[in-house]
Amino acid sequence: MYVAVKGGETAILNSHELLAAARRGDERVPEITPAQIRQQLRLAVARVMSEGSLYDEDLAALALKQAAGDQVEAIFLLRAYRTTLPRFGYSLPVDTSRMALRRRISAAFKDLPGGQVLGPTYDYTQRLLDFSLCEPSASPLPPRADEPLAEAMPRVSELLGHEGLMEEELPLPGDPAPVDLSREPLSFPADRATRLQNLARGDEGFLLAMGYSTQRGYANSHPFAGEIRMGEVALEIVPEELGFAITIGEITLTECQMINQFAGSSTVPPQFTRGYGLAFGEAERKSMAMALVDRALRAAELGEETTAPAQQPEFVLSHSDNVEASGFVQHLKLPHYVDFQSELELLRKMRNRHEGRMKVGAGGTAPTEVAAEENA
Amino acid sequence: MNMNDNPGHPVERQHWLTALAMAPCAALEQALEQTRSAGELPTLIWLRLPQTGLFMVRARAGGSGAQFNLGEASVTRCAVQDEVGRIGIGYVRGGNVRHAELMALFDLLLQDEVRRADLLGAVITPLNERRQAAREAASREAAATRVNFYTLAREVE
Repeated sequence: MYVAVKGGETAILNSHELLAAARRGDERVPEITPAQIRQQLRLAVARVMSEGSLYDEDLAALALKQAAGDQVEAIFLLRAYRTTLPRFGYSLPVDTSRMALRRRISAAFKDLPGGQVLGPTYDYTQRLLDFSLCEPSASPLPPRADEPLAEAMPRVSELLGHEGLMEEELPLPGDPAPVDLSREPLSFPADRATRLQNLARGDEGFLLAMGYSTQRGYANSHPFAGEIRMGEVALEIVPEELGFAITIGEITLTECQMINQFAGSSTVPPQFTRGYGLAFGEAERKSMAMALVDRALRAAELGEETTAPAQQPEFVLSHSDNVEASGFVQHLKLPHYVDFQSELELLRKMRNRHEGRMKVGAGGTAPTEVAAEENA
Repeated sequence: MNMNDNPGHPVERQHWLTALAMAPCAALEQALEQTRSAGELPTLIWLRLPQTGLFMVRARAGGSGAQFNLGEASVTRCAVQDEVGRIGIGYVRGGNVRHAELMALFDLLLQDEVRRADLLGAVITPLNERRQAAREAASREAAATRVNFYTLAREVE
């Protein structure tokens, strides 16, 4: 049965006004601008771009301002906005081996060619609140080495490749175009390209927990952070007017190559296998977690026993998207008055029956009569 | 297609298009002022009005394996044409309409044999140098955070 519920219009409009006032806060404090968010909260911007699946720092900063810093809400805003834009095409695959590096470390090889480059990391900070940041200060001038880094640094995964100790990553025969989850719904079995797209826009917290679960013994794959690199890569496209590729800008990416133990199978000798993480912006935790989960999801392909949640594609890929998850959880706020009313009535009947049975057991009236009485 | 008209030029054009797309928009505004003071600009018509849309960014599993779709990037594009039929195109990452317009204008001007040498010297070379300098500065800052391991030798008793 439908019950038309009207009203609430004024309440909603007033709540919008109240929301805007709450967003602004105390007017004696200067209003924040998207440019400030982009410059000074760049890691928040990176997460919104990554999980919003849209690289645009200005839009992500605006979304963060509008959402008053609620990341999942900002991600939702960006996802909604992208549906209003036309799709021009696909880029050439980005070449992370030609990344202009700002950070590059390996936990597996101390003396890797090109060296360990720490870059702007929180890793070696003491995690003590810095009260000097309460006051504005001049922008520090970071020290510069005499020489820049080498133009191209080999990937760590290539160092062991020629010995055959490291699984090779080669394009598929014919280098086919991958499934695009922004065009087609997720379906199973999902190939690796589909899984990687899903994980790349997956919720960082969810991936972190799933990755962590593999480390705690739910599908242990003994990972090493083979290499993490962060920096700028060229975005190359082939404009339809030209027919040849041009670089139209750069994007910042964080890449993680996880190296995992593999005992081998009947066809493959023991070797290191790999999990891969790649994310927009400076997003180290995200790309590491993604690499752990990518590797765990390869269990079936590698003939490993699948026992843990992180190894189950249906479980992981169906629950990784925070826009979907947030929508479904939060839809519980929508009016369910009629549903609830019917549940309430059902529950009353069940309780009457239950009471009746108790009375029958004690030599009382028949349960149907009790129910009839109460309904009258 | 334009590249077939000038079969020798795609590589050169590829270079200047990249330089224009990677340039800060303000630098192109400045270059426009210079170019304007040096002589009349051609009359242009829009072949494609500036429009912001999306390119899906592709990557490879493990950096070198199967292609996958990483996520989209916003891109603004446009195209202009002059009276003799030359076509200039603008494609820039992000939503800056003015940047795409200026890129298309300079792409068109650079196809003019009479103007090309001057523009390459006055606009494209400085843009490339500027980009190179910025890249080197960032790289030297990163290089200053490179770890130099040293081994402590145990003292012989």
